[in-house]
Amino acid sequence: MPEPLVRVENLKKYFPIKGIFFTRAHVKAVDGVSFEIYRGETLGLVGESGCGKSTTGRLLIRLLEPTAGHVYFEGKNIFKLKGEELKRFRRKAQIILQDPYSSLNPRMTIFEIINEALEVHNIKVPDKEEFIVDWLRRVGLERHHLYRYPHEFSGGQRQRIAIVRSLIIKPEFVVLDEPTSALDVSVQAQILDMLKEFQRELNLTYLFISHDLGVVKYMSDRIAVMYLGKIVELAPADELFEKPLHPYTQMLLSSIPIPDPEYALKKPKVKVIGEPPSPINPPPGCRFHPRCPRKLDICDKKEPPLIEVERDHYVACWLYAKK
Amino acid sequence: MGSSIASKETYEKKILDRFSDKLVDSITNLIDKVKPGWSERNKSKIDEWKLMFYAFNRSPPGIIGAILIISFILIGLFGPYVAPYSYREFLYIEYPDTYLVPPGSTVTITNKRGDIVKVFNFPLGTDKYGRDLLSLILYGARVSLIVSLIVILLGVPVGILLGLVAGYFGGKVDEVIMRITDIFLAFPALILAIAFASVLPERIRPIIIQSGILKQVFSVFFAADVRDAANFAPILSVILAIILVWWPPYTRIIRGSVLSAKENLYVEAAKALGVSTWKILFKHILPNIISPVLVLITLDIGSVILMEASLSFLGLGAQDPMVDWGKIVYDGAQYFPDRWWLVIFPGLATFLAVLGWNLIGDTLRDVLDPRTRRSIEFKVKRGKAEEK
Repeated sequence: MPEPLVRVENLKKYFPIKGIFFTRAHVKAVDGVSFEIYRGETLGLVGESGCGKSTTGRLLIRLLEPTAGHVYFEGKNIFKLKGEELKRFRRKAQIILQDPYSSLNPRMTIFEIINEALEVHNIKVPDKEEFIVDWLRRVGLERHHLYRYPHEFSGGQRQRIAIVRSLIIKPEFVVLDEPTSALDVSVQAQILDMLKEFQRELNLTYLFISHDLGVVKYMSDRIAVMYLGKIVELAPADELFEKPLHPYTQMLLSSIPIPDPEYALKKPKVKVIGEPPSPINPPPGCRFHPRCPRKLDICDKKEPPLIEVERDHYVACWLYAKK
Repeated sequence: MGSSIASKETYEKKILDRFSDKLVDSITNLIDKVKPGWSERNKSKIDEWKLMFYAFNRSPPGIIGAILIISFILIGLFGPYVAPYSYREFLYIEYPDTYLVPPGSTVTITNKRGDIVKVFNFPLGTDKYGRDLLSLILYGARVSLIVSLIVILLGVPVGILLGLVAGYFGGKVDEVIMRITDIFLAFPALILAIAFASVLPERIRPIIIQSGILKQVFSVFFAADVRDAANFAPILSVILAIILVWWPPYTRIIRGSVLSAKENLYVEAAKALGVSTWKILFKHILPNIISPVLVLITLDIGSVILMEASLSFLGLGAQDPMVDWGKIVYDGAQYFPDRWWLVIFPGLATFLAVLGWNLIGDTLRDVLDPRTRRSIEFKVKRGKAEEK
């Protein structure tokens, strides 16, 4: 096994809920996740809304400080970085955000927005304007777009501008936080292909966060499934879709609509029951047990560990654990 | 306004639009000379400015307000220099006939032989010292202008800065700043200002009297004689007092806006890029929340003028022989209503200045708000298209 680019160890993030005088409770957005991301791969991160996917992504590039746990980037704990080292890390690890309508400052022109990235990291190029126009052309924009404001662009164009802003400083690791969920389906495909191409060209490592299973399958090499702040299953993309082990994964996958009705009827169905419980007070034991169709006695008592059931296929479920 | 109902009204450019276009063009030309190619790169911004002017030009109250405040500023700047008499010309001492002369009078001074020695014109009458009321109001405009400008230029940035810091950093910093703000807001502003304004002059006076430069600077500011340097202190303490009570509302408003603006994803994107906190505050957050503050500032200049006049009326501002509008009313009050002009004219001046700023503020609110501006923009654009 090669050395991972990003190593996450028992990462936790609790958000306090403030009462009048003291903290009343905590939202356990991320509650002890560990995984690794290897150089050049795309790790998909799926789960329902509110399961902590985006929080995990933000922790990985230190937009949030964790409650506990560590993230190692190239072997260094990112939460201990300071000053110049932190700046170097910021250049190497970037994020592309979900909503392109809010991720570009409406008071800055496209040139100013992209130039800021170059200026922060002191990147010297002979002709800045040419350099930026070059990049804009690569995402299908033109020179005359340079001095326009974000409101003059469509959602897809804005997301491309955001992509240029993140990639122009040549990062190594990029968190893609639902980069296409705010876009039309036709535009989604373009953006995804563009991201794949950039990955090949610039040798990028992606953490791809999404709730859209089809998109995740298309993008990822490996996929991690999150439920209520925990990773319940982690496997290579194809294997996860062919042989999902965790009942929650099975439930998720059977919820994908299938365009062919005959095939849909043949396919085994696991019905989606209930709503995810509140992350303020998650159920004891396995967090999925109140919704699980295959619940065992032990499930509401003890939390299942994430174990390697098959090669590279991890699952946290008592059905597969031999205690 | 009737114009919005009349849908068939053509929105071709009016004279004012051409004028404002020229204004914007000359400004951009000026910037172009300093930074070549600037207008090329900021076309969108320039168009936006022009549209804002179009929207402004279609608001009659705004135009009235603009006329009022432009005259206020011009009178404040040049009034003291074009005034027929100085505020220190106590004609009454030499010519007792000039005592409390009504508006529009001409006082003719004759010697014992009956020859005409001097003729004085007093379009607005005189006060008890025989000073020309028109001149006093012109001098008073300068004080009002300077006081309101200094208060806004010093007080508002303090309020904005504290609000930015409190809103962005949150936690204990926020608690401390906001509780202090609350303490200030808990007192009635005028009472607090009276308290400050009555204590401060004793501290400020020695500083000014000892410093030659300060004397000179403020005598230019207030268009006053250097011999009155000791009397600058009460006016300066009124300025300080108003500043001290003026920042808290700004802190509160800015803090609230920052709380919502900092959740925007572009702030997060800037953080992820490693942009420094101060740059995030001043480049990403402030420009996006400043328009309501600009409106508040214009509305507030009127209030500052009013508060300065109130403090002066209570005897805290300008001291004899210096004048401002509040002081003239204060002196004239004892002769009211018989010698009405001493109260009515400075009162009218105050009223018009405050009204002007309020009208401008209300119009700016509409012009700066994209939702109300949109329809006007649209119609202007359509008008432009038809023109071609």
